[in-house]
Amino acid sequence: MTDTPVTGSTPLSGSDAAPPAVARPNLPRLELHIPEPPTRPGEDVDFTHVNRGKAGAVRRPDIAEHESNMRDLPYELIRVLDDDHKAVGPWDPRLAPDTLIKGLRAMMLTRAFDDRLFRAHRQGKTSFYMKSTGEEAIAAAQSLALDKGDMFFPTYRAAAWLHARNYPLTTMCNQIFSNAEDPLAGKQLPILMSARDYDFYSISGNLGVRFVHAVGWAMASAYKNDTKISLAYVGDGTTAEGDFHEAMTFAAAYRAPTILCVTNNQYAISSFAGFAAPERLPFAAKALAYGFPGIKVDGNDFLAVWGATQWAAERARTNNGPTLIEFYTYRAEGHSTSDDPSRYRPKDEANHWPLGDPVDRLKDHLIALGAWDEDQHAALADELKEKVRVAVKEAEAIGTLGQSKPPIDEMFEDVFEDLDWRLKEQRARLHQRRDARTGEGSN
Amino acid sequence: MNMIQALNSALDVMLGRDDDVLIFGEDVGYFGGVFRVTEGLQTKYGLKRCFDAPLTEGGIIGSAIGMGAYGLRPVPEIQFADYILPAYDQLVSEAARLRYRSNGEFWAPITVRTPYGGGIFGGQTHSQSPEAIFAHVTGLKTVIPSNPYDAKGLLIASIESNDPVVFLEPKRLYNGPFYGRPDEELKTWANSGDPFAEVPLGHYEVPLGQAAILREGRGATVLAYGTMVHVAKAGIDDSGVDAELIDLRSIVPLDIDTIVRSVKKTGRCVILHEASRFGGFGGELSALVQERCFDHLRAPIARVCGYDMPYPHAFEWDYFPGPIRLAEALKSAVEYR
Repeated sequence: MTDTPVTGSTPLSGSDAAPPAVARPNLPRLELHIPEPPTRPGEDVDFTHVNRGKAGAVRRPDIAEHESNMRDLPYELIRVLDDDHKAVGPWDPRLAPDTLIKGLRAMMLTRAFDDRLFRAHRQGKTSFYMKSTGEEAIAAAQSLALDKGDMFFPTYRAAAWLHARNYPLTTMCNQIFSNAEDPLAGKQLPILMSARDYDFYSISGNLGVRFVHAVGWAMASAYKNDTKISLAYVGDGTTAEGDFHEAMTFAAAYRAPTILCVTNNQYAISSFAGFAAPERLPFAAKALAYGFPGIKVDGNDFLAVWGATQWAAERARTNNGPTLIEFYTYRAEGHSTSDDPSRYRPKDEANHWPLGDPVDRLKDHLIALGAWDEDQHAALADELKEKVRVAVKEAEAIGTLGQSKPPIDEMFEDVFEDLDWRLKEQRARLHQRRDARTGEGSN
Repeated sequence: MNMIQALNSALDVMLGRDDDVLIFGEDVGYFGGVFRVTEGLQTKYGLKRCFDAPLTEGGIIGSAIGMGAYGLRPVPEIQFADYILPAYDQLVSEAARLRYRSNGEFWAPITVRTPYGGGIFGGQTHSQSPEAIFAHVTGLKTVIPSNPYDAKGLLIASIESNDPVVFLEPKRLYNGPFYGRPDEELKTWANSGDPFAEVPLGHYEVPLGQAAILREGRGATVLAYGTMVHVAKAGIDDSGVDAELIDLRSIVPLDIDTIVRSVKKTGRCVILHEASRFGGFGGELSALVQERCFDHLRAPIARVCGYDMPYPHAFEWDYFPGPIRLAEALKSAVEYR
């Protein structure tokens, strides 16, 4: 073996020899791009990249329109409420004031509940909580717009669905406190609810997985020639999971009667949405690659959410297949009780969000309609605050985290339909240990 | 029937009995499956009862869970058990936990069929035996037949179960029994003389959670499942030991009573599986036997397993735990002290 120095000019023997493993001095060096949000703590808020467009300006195609004629849609922002608080344009669902007030109430209840339960966490009454502040319009409008029997596959930031359908507040508190009356028998983290009677599918901690379930559920409905459709959420961050692609692929292939939604609230914990998709690309545009329509909707505009949902639901119900909706919104609070957003974004960013606050905007619209006033609004806020206070007190009387627990035998139930011998043995041993001690703990 | 026909018959019976049963997976529809298990079902029952799927294992299992939550009984197929891992999150985090985390509000009675096991020169990604990674998942049932009769009866029982089942089909046994002697002339199920090649045409069940004693003996207990059941028969013959052979049939739920009764009688236990040894299901079996039969054991529990490496191609028969290795283990067990 000859001791040939390895250099860029090492002669190669034969025409099929590999090229030299050295950098080519005449080419520019590659650089790795790491996306960065427009602003960081201490910097001035910058939302110049948010193009609000004009309320009422986006066309509303016929539900049977071919996907190929709707490819401009994801690049426009569908809005109904204009800056004068009027409802304008073809996406206005023309709802009666009573319905709007119902929606407003659901959003305000969600907010009041969030505020109270967030404090309950700080007081040590529960281990965890997640608010949906700023995003209440989405689940509230969709809960009211869809039919009983349509199945919702939520994320953990969609409690407004339940509040809009008058899910018992005390029961929700019981779940959050994991107390003796917890509907999930202490098995699940706070707010990872399941409420079959309210068409609210069981939430899990794993992101994205249930997006695929929604498609399978919708396929099953079509398989049975049923009339029900499904609705599912992922956040902006979760679109990066493989499950998003899997759900979109299945939804497209089988034209599943489903509404797939991305709630783009700009942040996945501390990571801005630019990690999940290029900054200027709407998430709604991802639908185009799968061959079904995608629309981008002002998520803080209750009427736009409702109008878009109605359109997508009609498409699904008439076998025109799935729709992807991007709800463009802003996560106004921290990711969870374990998060401090001031460590990664400007403190007052939420107040500058160009699409405003969903509660204020619907309130102003109702006032503009002459169907609401500030006094009524303040009275409703007080009423809901009191309602939440009473519910929390009731749940506290049953017990907060660690003060009260579901019966211990519940722990072994529902692993399988029936307990197998392992669980029976383990349950028996646990009881033996507990009987041998005076205290609660047995581990 | 061979095992393929028995499985096909089980699916045929269930499609015929229950409109909520549907089959889908890669190449299972028009083509009838790469191993012919779903042959003719689309023609007989129509496109929507047995159809092809996009090449996405996570999508296949995820959508099956959604269908199950709606109220159907989907029987999705994963083409090779080696390719079930993209669906592992769906199986572990969702299918297995849906009933528990929703406190019984939702569940997904899905049966995931997938061919597994080696002995076919399948190399690294057509030979694996992943049963241990499912056995460890609370909320999943794991079932492995070793002959056509059980294959049909267990598959029907799995589809009718309201719990999610991972149904592993030993593809080495699809066409005939295999005794772990690659130089021997192969037998088909029809000419094997195996009584379990006789398969009734109609509906019947082999209950989950019941092992089968295939050979009674007093010298030692051999625990096996899938392809290894037949290897065990050959190894026991070679050893001259009067061993009792138990085909577990279900990994979960496990028939612990049959195992314990046998080992208390024989005092010796040899566990045989194709999967690699460390962390394999044999470890759990060994621990259970040790805990429950300690006073009756007259020799250390032995495990005859695949080596702790990816499944190699050229070294197929060096890797594969065959009858010679089992016979050695049995002899050591009976000669112990």
